[in-house]
Amino acid sequence: MPKNIRRWGPPLLLVSPSLILLAVFVYGLLAINAKTAGTDNHTAAQTTGRAPVQWVWFDNFVALLGSESFQHSLKNLVIYTVVFLAGTMFFGFLWAFLLDRPVRFEGWFRSIYLFPMAVSFVASGVVWRWLLNSNQGEAASGLNRLFQNVGLGFLQNNWWNNPDWGIAAIAIPAIWQMSGYVMALFLAGFRGIPEELREAARVDGANEWQLYRHVLFPQLSPVALSAVIIVGHMSLKAFDLIMSISKPANYQTKVPAIDMYQFKLSFDYANAAAVGVILLVIVAILIVPYLVHINRAEKH
Amino acid sequence: MATAYDSLTEPIKAAPRTGGGTAGRDRVTPGRIAKYALLLLFVVIVLIPVYVLLVTSFKGTGDADPSRAWSLPQVWTLENWSGAWAALQAPLWRTIALVVPSSLISAILGSMNGFVLARWRFPGADIIFTLILFGMFIPYQAVMIPLVQLMLNSGIPSGVPTLIVLHVIYGLPITTLIFRNYYQSVPNELVEAARVDGAGMLRTYWSVVLPISVPSFVVVLIWQFTSAWNDFLFAVFFSSSRNGPVTIALNNLANGAMLTDYGISMSGALLASLPTLLVYVLLGKYFIGGLMSGSVKG
Amino acid sequence: MRTRRTITALVAGIAASSLLLAACSSNNNEEPGGTGGAQGNDASEVEVFTWWASGSEKLGLDALVKVFEEQHPDTKFVNGAIAGGAGSAAKELLQSRLQAQDPPDTFQAHAGAELTDYINAGQLEDVSNLYDEFGLRDAFPKDLVDRLTVDGKIYSVPSNIHRANVVWANPTVLKDAGLDPEATYATLDDWFGALDKVKASGKTALSVATTWTQVHLFETVLLSTLGADAYNGLWNGSTDWAGADVTKALENFEKLMSYTNTDRDGLDWPDATQQIIDGKAGFNVMGDWAEAAFQEAKKQAPADYVYFPVPGTDGVFDFLADSFTLPVGSKHPGGTKNWLNTISSLDGQIAFNKAKGSIPARKDAAPSEFGAYQQSAMESFGQDTIVSSLAHGAAAPVATLNAISEAVSKFTTGAGDLATFQSDLVAANAG
Repeated sequence: MPKNIRRWGPPLLLVSPSLILLAVFVYGLLAINAKTAGTDNHTAAQTTGRAPVQWVWFDNFVALLGSESFQHSLKNLVIYTVVFLAGTMFFGFLWAFLLDRPVRFEGWFRSIYLFPMAVSFVASGVVWRWLLNSNQGEAASGLNRLFQNVGLGFLQNNWWNNPDWGIAAIAIPAIWQMSGYVMALFLAGFRGIPEELREAARVDGANEWQLYRHVLFPQLSPVALSAVIIVGHMSLKAFDLIMSISKPANYQTKVPAIDMYQFKLSFDYANAAAVGVILLVIVAILIVPYLVHINRAEKH
Repeated sequence: MATAYDSLTEPIKAAPRTGGGTAGRDRVTPGRIAKYALLLLFVVIVLIPVYVLLVTSFKGTGDADPSRAWSLPQVWTLENWSGAWAALQAPLWRTIALVVPSSLISAILGSMNGFVLARWRFPGADIIFTLILFGMFIPYQAVMIPLVQLMLNSGIPSGVPTLIVLHVIYGLPITTLIFRNYYQSVPNELVEAARVDGAGMLRTYWSVVLPISVPSFVVVLIWQFTSAWNDFLFAVFFSSSRNGPVTIALNNLANGAMLTDYGISMSGALLASLPTLLVYVLLGKYFIGGLMSGSVKG
Repeated sequence: MRTRRTITALVAGIAASSLLLAACSSNNNEEPGGTGGAQGNDASEVEVFTWWASGSEKLGLDALVKVFEEQHPDTKFVNGAIAGGAGSAAKELLQSRLQAQDPPDTFQAHAGAELTDYINAGQLEDVSNLYDEFGLRDAFPKDLVDRLTVDGKIYSVPSNIHRANVVWANPTVLKDAGLDPEATYATLDDWFGALDKVKASGKTALSVATTWTQVHLFETVLLSTLGADAYNGLWNGSTDWAGADVTKALENFEKLMSYTNTDRDGLDWPDATQQIIDGKAGFNVMGDWAEAAFQEAKKQAPADYVYFPVPGTDGVFDFLADSFTLPVGSKHPGGTKNWLNTISSLDGQIAFNKAKGSIPARKDAAPSEFGAYQQSAMESFGQDTIVSSLAHGAAAPVATLNAISEAVSKFTTGAGDLATFQSDLVAANAG
């Protein structure tokens, strides 16, 4: 027994600072947040103790989820996530696929595709606000003007000003920034496949297309899953970009993170906390099965 | 025969030979022309925003207007760049002072965690890893207000010191993830051999594992550098324009004035992105190489 | 086994510390000291928290600081300015600091209902005694002081006054559309006729920008359609938001929005004003900080631009004011007192407003010190009926304003019809 402790004690000790920090800064704070969400603390006076605060358990959640405004935010979140994911996966995979086989200047292409990831959302917001300007025709500027200049005038549209699909336009800068990262993941995935596998397939008479489709693509599914999870959870936090481009007060591009910000500014801490909990639950529903799956897969 | 171990020491593997009878490497086929055309088209598309940023940064006031976004400057001027440099110089240095220590510390901690959770295990290691990993996915807004209270009570000065602490703590999940996956792809024999020789955990880590961790360190450092450099949420809450990083200063520059100076905003945006851009240009191939060595597999 | 017990103990320890943390934080909500006079009277410095970080606002602040350094050389001025979107970043940070009981020595806020939340939370000190000490009850118009008084107490000192109900127009565009650039319009209906003509001439009839500017436009329509008394009634409960006259106002607003530029949601107010300067639009409704934009573009009235009160609101001054406060728990209340003294002093207000383009709150400033527009505004302020601006924090508290803004945005983006708009507004004001 002492020998076991000597064996397990040190690693546990080594990892314990991280554990304690995360226990406090993640789980502890989440607990506090959840507690606030279960109260009726909607004014600043209550927060400083000058007015009574009572437990309302799930009332805030019921009210939020039933409100048309929040439902609109959720719908926007779904649209944004789907477009963002689809866009980055498509371009990332396409670029990796194009670059996998020997290409001259591969390093240049890779650097250029990867470069937007270096830019902060604050910085890219500055220019994308111009590009996504929704004027069309005579007064057009931004991408609409560019479309006119190159003869693609029919592509003009009102971008994020569209009350139903506007949020999809906000996904464009996000796709621009993150596709390079997905490309890097897939490229690493492609290159990580052992040479023997490719040789074996060729020996069996497969042509390039069949090689890709039946041998290489399936090997990439763990990489794809990784990419979906990492990129997907980023979309749930989408906030900086919307703040930069369309400003928080606009109804078209409202998402839950923006609602939380507005509640907070209105001193409505209980509802802000409730939105936080809802976001967390959405994340948990998507992430926890993934984590469990990794856990199980590794036991084999 | 190439092994996973070899890839640890090369920055990037060369693309596999196409082999096969008909597709020679240098043959100009319609397929290859189409491929290059496609790649070039994407380059143009990706660089469109950069073109606007660059071109506007050289325009004087009046010229730097959305209606003239696509035209070249009527008069090329450097005043935006000097203005942006003057405004962003001090914040840039502060950001470096914030990003370098926090990346290094979180990389080291992540490496130790990853090693312990992957190779020097203990009961409950997997559960603990899952608990750590979950921290990566929380929306930060959910903890912001109690966090502010907590950091105030901690006595750590606001600005760079607080931000270093926060980036280290909230970087722990992703750095642990990357290192753990990486160490799982390292052959177990290495660690076992050391154990058999009687080396303790720390000794094994120091003399056996750490030396071969370079590719993973590169990935983690690049990732942490970028995410800390571009962070805005923590910067807004825990620092001010006097002691904060470049994202705050850039926001002031771009959104602060009653009448937005577009020229200086765009040059500021480029200036603020330059360091991370350099990191990617210089270390990009190591990034991919590191990813390849199993750091972020599923 | 001992190892299992160790692990159990560790996990239990982590759980316990989380709960302990939760319990502790919730107990941290008592404020320090009570009412008048926080910690001593430290006047060594004063941290002034504003969002005046650039442009004419910064110029105004700089001018004010110069006067402050002359009047109170012993108190060091510490600039806590945070820039960004009409103060949104600053307001966020301020909220956190106030909640964490680390307030700045003084902070900028719009005078009026915007302060309600801070007052109710007990975060602001009553400064009525300073009004007596500095003689402000005589120096400021009575109407203004009444509007700043809550339950007999006053919580802020205004530094400047802006007017919200102003129309700015480009005379060349008007002439090209067949209109008389000197004409003013008695009612909104008269104005619609002029707007039609500008629209027909191919220019944008009425330029507007993102949501808050639309709320700004909306409030002037409410004021014009309902008249000053009924407009005031919207905020004290005596006017029914579901009533027919509000419906008429909403219809007028809908008609006005039909004359505006389609890219409005992506613009901020300077862009809309720029359209007037560049001759792309005929009319624009904005507060008189727009005057600073025209000055910076070196434009002259009436050759390059003209201005008049929003049709139907002549004789009414829709006011908003920047003001400074004394937070509870401020570390240098003596310094704050000196700052409040400077901003309310004649020299301070003249220097500040000359640079910023607004008008002094004091009655005794000589109009000759100021430009043409400011003189006309000062005259109006002296004799018109004063009402509070909605969009700028004077008429309604933050939560109400946010709810109204969301309703306006929903309506103008076409996501809801007029009836929905009205019911959203009723809901927004019910709380």
